Amino acid sequence: MKPLEIHKGVAAPLLQANVDTDAIMPSREMRRVSRSGLADGLFANWRYLDPERRIPDPDFILNRPERTGASILLGGPNFGCGSSREFAVWALAEFGIRVILAPGFNPVFQKNCVANGLLPAQAPLPAIRSLAAWSDRDPQRNRLTANVRTLKIEGSGKRIPFVIARGQRLRLLQGLDDIAMTDQRTAAIEAFERQRFAEQPWVCAWINRRA
Amino acid sequence: MSGTLFDKLWDSHCIETDGDGASLLYVDRVVMHERTGAVALDSLARRRRSVRRPEHAFCVADHVVDTLPGRSDDTRVPGGRDFIVALRQGAASFGLRMFDVDDEDQGICHLVSAEQGIALPGLSLVCPDSHTCTLGALGTLAFGIGTSELEHALATSTLRAIKPATLRVSISGQLLGHATAKDLALTLISTHGVGGAGGAAVEFQGAGIDAMTLEQRMTLCNMAAEFGAATAVIAPDEVVFRQAALAPLAPKDAPIAGWRALRSDASARFDHDIAIDSAQVVPQVTWGTSPEQCGGLGDPIPSPKDAAARQALDYMGLEPGLPLASKPIDAAFIGSCTNARISDIRAAARVLKGHRVAAGVTAICVPGSKRVKRQAEAEGLDQVFKAAGFEWREPGCSMCFFAGGETFGAGKRVVTSTNRNFESRQGPGVRSHLTSPAVVAASAIHGRIALPDTA
Ligand code: SF4
Repeated sequence: MKPLEIHKGVAAPLLQANVDTDAIMPSREMRRVSRSGLADGLFANWRYLDPERRIPDPDFILNRPERTGASILLGGPNFGCGSSREFAVWALAEFGIRVILAPGFNPVFQKNCVANGLLPAQAPLPAIRSLAAWSDRDPQRNRLTANVRTLKIEGSGKRIPFVIARGQRLRLLQGLDDIAMTDQRTAAIEAFERQRFAEQPWVCAWINRRA
Repeated sequence: MSGTLFDKLWDSHCIETDGDGASLLYVDRVVMHERTGAVALDSLARRRRSVRRPEHAFCVADHVVDTLPGRSDDTRVPGGRDFIVALRQGAASFGLRMFDVDDEDQGICHLVSAEQGIALPGLSLVCPDSHTCTLGALGTLAFGIGTSELEHALATSTLRAIKPATLRVSISGQLLGHATAKDLALTLISTHGVGGAGGAAVEFQGAGIDAMTLEQRMTLCNMAAEFGAATAVIAPDEVVFRQAALAPLAPKDAPIAGWRALRSDASARFDHDIAIDSAQVVPQVTWGTSPEQCGGLGDPIPSPKDAAARQALDYMGLEPGLPLASKPIDAAFIGSCTNARISDIRAAARVLKGHRVAAGVTAICVPGSKRVKRQAEAEGLDQVFKAAGFEWREPGCSMCFFAGGETFGAGKRVVTSTNRNFESRQGPGVRSHLTSPAVVAASAIHGRIALPDTA
């Protein structure tokens, strides 16, 4: 996984509340048993006038020429709610999004972001609005810079603090893969499991019964 | 030391907690479906990793399977077949039990988990699906997870998570008249908002819960996913023990004494508390594109208080001020992990018996599992549905969501027993009205949104 320390990019505001994962990645766009080939389906219901024929809606924020190359999404409350599908985050990542700034996230969505090297940064809505307003004036020039080390996002000369759990921050900085991290704890897992099975044999009892 | 049920479940699975407050939890059971399981198993194989406890991992084909009678692996979902086949291959190569399309016990993963005893009181279970919290009704510590976490759980038998706050929802009174657990959940969500639980683990308790069947409790816990909850739990009682102990994968000597300890201590402290009186709950129907946008059938649709509500009404083709009752519908759907258990099928059948679906209304019933379907057929309920003009289908998620396969058509108004009324959830442009199975059935007969006739 690519570490993420500082990211500078074009922002795209999508400030409505409750942007759900069905909107981010409509279920019918999940066509292959794969984590890739998804960017095209990102926000398909909003991005295309006709999703089947892929006719772009020129009004959708990510289709506007001034947002070309957008890599920072400015979101509203409860971003990424709904289905836990990780396809939504894979699609965002493949599209080029590295940072999502929102007042709040669905917890599973937030974890999925970190697992895929995206920064889900939390900040109050008024602060996000002010960054959005600044970006709106000239999106290509008024780029935002998110700094995972200092926990600040900068734009228009303002440095806005954001929140992310410490462990998640470390993982982004180190680009640490989940499984690799847990592999270091194998001994503790095995000891716990031995004790659990000894004290509560029924936890695996049915296996014995089937044998 | 006194604790909440959630604390007890959490602590008994917590291997360790790091300095950041992230815990490594032991995962007793992993359940996956073709939509995400196929990708995770494929990715594990690529990394040359194994499934650490294959005997505790289960695969279910439910999300994109066809539900028409006589079905095969073919599905109208683009690429859907590949997901089913890939899951089957993954299950075979890792040695996992799979509830395949033609399995006698196939069904929606959360129903299968409960019916089979994969979920039991006191176990921890993860499944890459946001409605995994349904299983909290059994006293299971159940979490919906992402695909990377699924891969992680399969490889390591653990889940890394930060302990959420706790929210007690005290439920007094009993449901009256046509009010159901679904209406209770919708009332709770409309009162406190879809983010109402604020990411907390919800415990439902109180006399209102004691009076509920396990199936009603599952409906309530299921809807916690629409309430912004990390998960939901209910202290298991005799009602649960009886059913759990009978499940095929339950231990021969169920540790009932241990299960009895799975309850919050009287002095336990919750971070947040809310209360609701079941007796005040009336049948609900959603009018918008979020589960919180709902009200009683006769209540006028409120004037939009923000842009989101305006957009919702616009999408739904509704005017504020008028009630939903009597609004003509195009389709009726009974299915999903929320409301497709045997009690739901029975409730709908009671309404349908001796009636016909109104002309022009498409009506579909998809039992939640093969077990439910078999039981319904043994009781002759399939005949009631068919005689009324309902399609009687094979189990699966079906039109609970749209995956590019079947849908009702843009602009169609659907009364549905499912859990999500998001824009295009049931297909592009479909207008979904969430409600209970009995109201779906009554509306199908009347061709408009209606309560069951009071006999
Ligand atoms: S029935 Fe619907 S909500 Fe339930 S698991 Fe299937 S798709 Fe998800």
